[in-house]
Amino acid sequence: MIPRWPNRDTWFLIALGGALGFYVLLILAMLVVDAAYTRFDVIWRAVHDPDILFAVKLSVFSCTISALLSVLVAVPIGYLMSRMRFPGRTLIDVCLDIPIVLPPLVIGLSLLILFQTSAGRALESWFQALTGSRITYEVPAVILAQFMVACAFAVRTMRATFDQTNPRAEQVALTLGCTRAQAFRLVALPEAWKGVITAGTLAWARALGEFGPILVFAGATRQRTEVLSTTVFLELSVGRLDTAVAVSLLMILIAVLVLVLVRRWGALGEGAR
Amino acid sequence: MLRISKLTVEAGTFSLRDINLHVPQGSYAILMGATGLGKTTLLEAICGLRRLTHGTIQLDGRAVEALPARERGIGYVPQDLALFTTMTVAENIGFALHIRHVPASEEQARVQELANLLGISQLLERMPAALSGGEKQRVALGRALAAKPRVLLLDEPFSALDDQTREDMYALMRAVRHATGATVLHVTHSRSEAQALGDHRLVLDQGRIVEQTPQVPATAPTSST
Repeated sequence: MIPRWPNRDTWFLIALGGALGFYVLLILAMLVVDAAYTRFDVIWRAVHDPDILFAVKLSVFSCTISALLSVLVAVPIGYLMSRMRFPGRTLIDVCLDIPIVLPPLVIGLSLLILFQTSAGRALESWFQALTGSRITYEVPAVILAQFMVACAFAVRTMRATFDQTNPRAEQVALTLGCTRAQAFRLVALPEAWKGVITAGTLAWARALGEFGPILVFAGATRQRTEVLSTTVFLELSVGRLDTAVAVSLLMILIAVLVLVLVRRWGALGEGAR
Repeated sequence: MLRISKLTVEAGTFSLRDINLHVPQGSYAILMGATGLGKTTLLEAICGLRRLTHGTIQLDGRAVEALPARERGIGYVPQDLALFTTMTVAENIGFALHIRHVPASEEQARVQELANLLGISQLLERMPAALSGGEKQRVALGRALAAKPRVLLLDEPFSALDDQTREDMYALMRAVRHATGATVLHVTHSRSEAQALGDHRLVLDQGRIVEQTPQVPATAPTSST
């Protein structure tokens, strides 16, 4: 018998579709009004402006480095927090969420204060001797400010990923002759591949949108520490709203392009195994 | 030979106390007991996946309780099989040899030998997700046997199979036992499984082994492999 329409399931499906439609429409509406607000010649001028071009390059570079660093740190932390039980674990768990709940400006301020302490100054001197560049108000500050927030999101993602993978497979690997490190590298990590890609893309996207800590800790100096999010701020502050919107559209385009490429690469990597 | 003396394991609020058992060389021992009484915990302790509070575990006369899991020479098939989902069937079976840096040609030959024994030669390039329940059981068994373990521990390996597949697996286990000569400790709830395979019966109750009796399997081991 064909079920009557509409029935209880229909209303449930309509509710699900309604939530999806509402949110997607809101996102699309923002993009459409952004695109309608500015003109093509403004966008064209923006992508040929040396200052904005520098911000594009620095954004892509710093976001990539901070996303890679985030994954590098988040994978072992996520594994540790998922698999091991140790004293103080709950406290550390709360600590790992602090960068997510803290106002971004406070993170920048805290970093700035940290680098004013004797330990921070020693670290900065060591870094300068090694690379010839300072940390604060330079590109490393941009990367560190992005990393501080992006890494927290990557850690959450990796923890959830390892929580969902079966630890029994690693235990079997131990009985088959693996050390714990081998079981992690050969069994746990390949099974968490999708999560690693998700953590990396999430960290990259979060880093691209980061603004507050960069402004406080790295400044917004043109051709030096200016990234796209600070460009939008600088353009807004001098009243060039159409350029700010053009740069915003550019950010969206770059973000979509990178996220699609990374996910495609991730899917290829999964298929290759 | 597997001998356990005065073994105590504490896992949170649960504990196994003063476990003594003996599985003679080449025997097929069946460990029975109600759910939640610690059969899996006992297997994990024997494998080296759980720390003992007290007691000794001997394999062929050698104390192994202080050794890490990788050095005990025990093959383990857990209840959920836990196949390596990102590896092919051949890679799963050859994993223990790969870890030991066995030459590729030797590894390949051993994988092929086990695949022939287990009747899964045609599945070697498949991924675990593309296998049926019975095929997965065979792969898990092959993976545990690859490094020629002295003792094989099986944790309710056939509980999720249909009757026909289970009967096939009984026949296969007899063939495997005949071919490898391994000492087996097999956990099950099924009396028919115990009757069909075991020549030694152990019963776990209230955290202790309350019965250890030799028994004659319903069907004698076959000589074909």
